[in-house]
Amino acid sequence: MTLFDKLWDRHLVCRLDSGEDLIAIDRVFLHERTGGVALASLAERNLPILDPGRVYCTMDHIVSTLPGRGADDARMPGGETFITETRRQARRAGINLIDVNDPRQGIVHVVAPELGIVQPGMTLVCPDSHTCSLGALGALAWGIGSSEAEHAMATGTLRLTKPKNMRITIDGTLARGVTAKDLVLHIIARIGVGAGKGYAVEYAGSTIAAMDVEARLTLCNMAVEYAAFTAVIAPDGVTQSYLEGRPHAPTGALWEQACADWMSLRSDSDAGYDVEYHFQAEDVLPMVTWGISPEQAIPADGTIPAIDSLPPDKRESARRACEYMGVRPGMPLAGLPISGVFIGSCTNARLSDLRAAAAVLRGHRVAPGIRAICVPGSQTVKRAAEKDGLDQVFIDAGFEWREPGCAMCFYAGGEHMGEGARVASTTNRNFESRQGPRTRTHLMSPAMAAAAAITGTLVDGRALTEVSS
Amino acid sequence: MTPFVRHEGIVAPLLRDNVDTDQIIPSREMKTVSKTGLGEGLFASWRYTDEKTRTPNPEFILNRPGFEKATILLAGRNFGCGSSREHAVWALSGYGIRAIIAASFGSIFHTNCVRNGILPITLDMEAIQDIADIATKKPVKMTIDLQQQCLLWEASGEPIKFQIDPSDREMLVKGLDPIGLTMQHRQQILDFMDQQKTLRPWLFPETD
Ligand code: SF4
Repeated sequence: MTLFDKLWDRHLVCRLDSGEDLIAIDRVFLHERTGGVALASLAERNLPILDPGRVYCTMDHIVSTLPGRGADDARMPGGETFITETRRQARRAGINLIDVNDPRQGIVHVVAPELGIVQPGMTLVCPDSHTCSLGALGALAWGIGSSEAEHAMATGTLRLTKPKNMRITIDGTLARGVTAKDLVLHIIARIGVGAGKGYAVEYAGSTIAAMDVEARLTLCNMAVEYAAFTAVIAPDGVTQSYLEGRPHAPTGALWEQACADWMSLRSDSDAGYDVEYHFQAEDVLPMVTWGISPEQAIPADGTIPAIDSLPPDKRESARRACEYMGVRPGMPLAGLPISGVFIGSCTNARLSDLRAAAAVLRGHRVAPGIRAICVPGSQTVKRAAEKDGLDQVFIDAGFEWREPGCAMCFYAGGEHMGEGARVASTTNRNFESRQGPRTRTHLMSPAMAAAAAITGTLVDGRALTEVSS
Repeated sequence: MTPFVRHEGIVAPLLRDNVDTDQIIPSREMKTVSKTGLGEGLFASWRYTDEKTRTPNPEFILNRPGFEKATILLAGRNFGCGSSREHAVWALSGYGIRAIIAASFGSIFHTNCVRNGILPITLDMEAIQDIADIATKKPVKMTIDLQQQCLLWEASGEPIKFQIDPSDREMLVKGLDPIGLTMQHRQQILDFMDQQKTLRPWLFPETD
């Protein structure tokens, strides 16, 4: 059996007549964007939450990230209602609420691991597509819609058709300056945005074994970008030491018992997969997206592919992408002037991400005319960064240093980088207008985004990191 | 939920690949803490030349004469990928869309459709292109028979068969409420939880 089979099996309540499986859900995580709607809808239907102690809610999607924000301040007009309504509903329902100015507040997928709310072997669902991030800890975690969130809260289960098994093995050592973000963009560029459809993906191999939990979270975060149901990584010593002592992690005898259980969560050596891919870490270069789909990514020193060189079914979207992004086939990405930089999001706003960006920024200034923003993923990350003096590095370089939240990862109708702005971004989606009206988003790692901020252009950040280290 | 048995309606072809839920309903259009009233925001970036005044973009398919009343959307690959927002489905149903035919769907979006009584039909790209070739030129009517799992329309004599997960079909045809259905297994669920409490007690936190 694969790791995924085991996770599935231990949550299987029963097989339904419909052919679906009824899967027990250990944790539901909500946020203010959709949490209020789901809780209100349950209340309207008089459906109590089966176990409110296993439901959590944070405020991240539309909260203001401006320094000194008030408890109800949203980043778009009318957004306050989402915050106040979610707060009201959460209190009424008696679930665990992490409110706007709570010292634990932050982006749901940053908060869940750092507080130890997600643990190996758990099922966790959240009405947010990047919930797959949490597979990094060996949990079975995936994004759902609001109706499914209501179902999970009311019944403690979800009705599901079991996805198939895929394994992506990565062996070898990533070069200096090459990160989990580059690896996942490399993978998506190779296998395509539809490749994971209908599969639960297991990441394996020596590269994964050598990664810390934060890098694993980045890697798993983007599994949904290639349509996977979710991604998982077998829990190991790295996972265990990461979780030890976290506020919601088990303690004492329970900790020992949990660890023993977690270590049994690995694929059998003879486990079969429906699809397998292999990658070599040494082949991965710093990556940047040039288009409007995460698969439209190339090495930072590369050129945009000729339309004819692409498979026929990719040509139309490449044409559209060139038009939208204001680029041409054959054009190098490096040197393209940008007007904004965004370092943040559940993909890349943990402490290690901020450290990597700060290492590049130290002693440099953001190029004239560039608006650069750094939004730590959570209050916990922000405090740790400030303790290390990273905030000062960002501020001295000319970055805005914000309060935690999703911020400009997606445009909510308020603040943005300017109509049609070209942005170097550490987020996960380069879709049309995702970050603002006609915004041209280039996805990359935090160090690369920092390098772009300094030069004012897209750039292969490795040159700069060499200089500054 | 309104059962979906047989439906006749106009087809609106929108054959772009990877239409994500941000395009189906942009975030700025999700103004209410409610599931209704979202139809106006459907495809807002493409549908209006000026979103504030709601000035229609005459080029956009749903603004072309005869297509305004479309209830069947014909799409390309990976329709509804991206954000899990169920508002995308609520916007579609708010507009009046009852079925979507695509080469493939984002999986969260697919489930959201079924949970809200919208029928997601998967056909191969070739069949979709054939329909689009005619349905783009003028508004044409199509009949979808979910029980027979086929599409019928004037330009093709033969019904086009499609496959659908039997549990999805059941849910749609009967207009079932999944929570109600699952509640029938309540005792089994509680027993399962009790067993887990013994086996893996750390999964059950003490409520603070
Ligand atoms: S940071 Fe972006 S991708 Fe992550 S949860 Fe927030 S909006 Fe979604």
